[in-house]
Amino acid sequence: MVARYFSKVSFMAAMTSLVLLVGIFLVLTIYALDSISTFGLGFLTSTDWKVGADDEGGVFGGLVPIVGTLLTTLIAMIIATPIAMGIAVFLTEVAPPYMVKPVSIAVELLAAIPSIIYGMWGLFYLAPILQAIFGGSGIGVLTAGIVLSIMIIPFMAAITRDSMNTTPNILKESAYAMGATKFEVIRDVVVPYAKIGIIGSIILAFGRAIGETMAVAFLIGSVFSFPKGLTEPTTSIPVVLANNFAEATDLELSSMFYLALLLFMISFVVIFVAKWYFLRGVHHAK
Amino acid sequence: MKKRSTLFIILFFGLSFVDLFAFEVKGRGATFPAPLYQAWIRDYYNLTENQINFTPTGSGDGIKSARRRMVDFGASDTPLDKKLRDKYGLDMFPSVTGAIVLAYNLPNVRDNELKLTGKAIAGIFDGTIAYWDDATIKSNNPDLKLPHEKIIPIVRADKSGTTYNFTYYLAQVAPDRYKTSKQPEWKASTIGGKGNSGVSATISQLKYSIGYTEYSYKIELGLSAARIENKEGSFVSPTIENFQEAMKYASWSIENDFYAMIAYSNGKNAYPIVAATFILMPRDMLIEDKTNVARFFDYAFRTGDEEAIRQGYVPLPLETKNMIRNYWKLKGVKLW
Repeated sequence: MVARYFSKVSFMAAMTSLVLLVGIFLVLTIYALDSISTFGLGFLTSTDWKVGADDEGGVFGGLVPIVGTLLTTLIAMIIATPIAMGIAVFLTEVAPPYMVKPVSIAVELLAAIPSIIYGMWGLFYLAPILQAIFGGSGIGVLTAGIVLSIMIIPFMAAITRDSMNTTPNILKESAYAMGATKFEVIRDVVVPYAKIGIIGSIILAFGRAIGETMAVAFLIGSVFSFPKGLTEPTTSIPVVLANNFAEATDLELSSMFYLALLLFMISFVVIFVAKWYFLRGVHHAK
Repeated sequence: MKKRSTLFIILFFGLSFVDLFAFEVKGRGATFPAPLYQAWIRDYYNLTENQINFTPTGSGDGIKSARRRMVDFGASDTPLDKKLRDKYGLDMFPSVTGAIVLAYNLPNVRDNELKLTGKAIAGIFDGTIAYWDDATIKSNNPDLKLPHEKIIPIVRADKSGTTYNFTYYLAQVAPDRYKTSKQPEWKASTIGGKGNSGVSATISQLKYSIGYTEYSYKIELGLSAARIENKEGSFVSPTIENFQEAMKYASWSIENDFYAMIAYSNGKNAYPIVAATFILMPRDMLIEDKTNVARFFDYAFRTGDEEAIRQGYVPLPLETKNMIRNYWKLKGVKLW
């Protein structure tokens, strides 16, 4: 009896996420229709963002924020992934027991810091340093990417660590018994065993990086043009939405929903491709 | 026990008093005057129990809300011209004025030391002046040690009334290069900040940056601000006296619903980048509701100047306030 209700309740909970996903997609599409019918796919390749006189109409294109979003996310992933993997391997296989707890707690605390604090830290502390090193303004793609990477490292590290911890000791001990070195055990036993969790952590971190708004808004420069170099300012999709949403009407508003829809689809496609590519042949253990 | 019942009676009568006589007014819009409106609203409530709800959502939203009759008044930093006022059926009057300063972050240059001509400002924001030691800037500041560093202009990333008023000033000094706009495409390689707070914070952190922000933010964050050349050729510091000097030349008129841009006026000590912020009231609103709005602003005009100055705004001159009271009378409002 209880079991039947329980399965129904859990089924409904699972359905809710599916319904929400479809619902969000539909709402974004409906609000974006105006812009989609006006600009079509040209929106993806156009770099203009000009509001017409009297705040009505205008020409809108999404290429600049799309490129900005992908660039900052890419930088963040390139910096964060190796560091996070390093933390996870250290915590599960290398660290002496007395260090595991404090480092783990530090990583988890990092994950709990609100993003605006990262943004303020980046603007007040990191940007002047980068300005001193690279010249220019200290604000731009690189600054945003570095701060993003710091924000996502704890996510990746914590989840990867947990999934590495699930490797049965008997497997590792068998490998050691066969004469494998520590590195070989990590490479050939732990990592393959924890693969699903590792990919999952990277995907979650990617999702956080691509949609991050506040920290990036502080650091990317919010300029509607392509960056001429890594230290130059540009803008990203969430930043355009956050900056302009309050004041936008009509076609501009619709174009921002179009941008939001694109962000939604970019993360969807990336996650889909990542799962399909990396998890080929991996059978989900039940 | 007795104490509690007394309290209850007081509360009961207090609340019913509120219900019987107090009114509630809804407003939305401009963020620039919002801190001041909130202070006025608090004082007004303490005195009269009348509740004014003002939600700072931005000038664009203020116009939109008033136009769609969602509120009793909308607030906007940009005046609506006659065509739009008629189209949307809105009355308009100014509530308070403010000034925009050019704040900079230059090591070795203190507050009020840098002098900028209109030509220099126009050049900085369209990229024709790229370095701090450019001859145009240097010639007016022979005593300052200006570094050979790239100027980083900081602008508003969001659409804003502040930008509108700043570009209006630029369009006066360099009409061939600038058009008044809430969100122009800057030709210089700029950095954008969200809101006056974003711009001000960025200026305070980035060396060699300069940007435009409301005077109150300069005071709050202790930013350095430039003396600016006015229409009569003198360099004027951003001070309340110099802002009020500029107000004297404002061409408000009842016939035109106070539609006027007041920047770049005559006057030897008039600070050149000043602007008013406006209240929009639906023309077809009940006289009763109009009266409620007018009474609040009348109260603010009578007692709110001190608070305005404390927060870095510039109160309207008495003549203008009386003109607005006459304007209300024409609309059928009886103040008290």
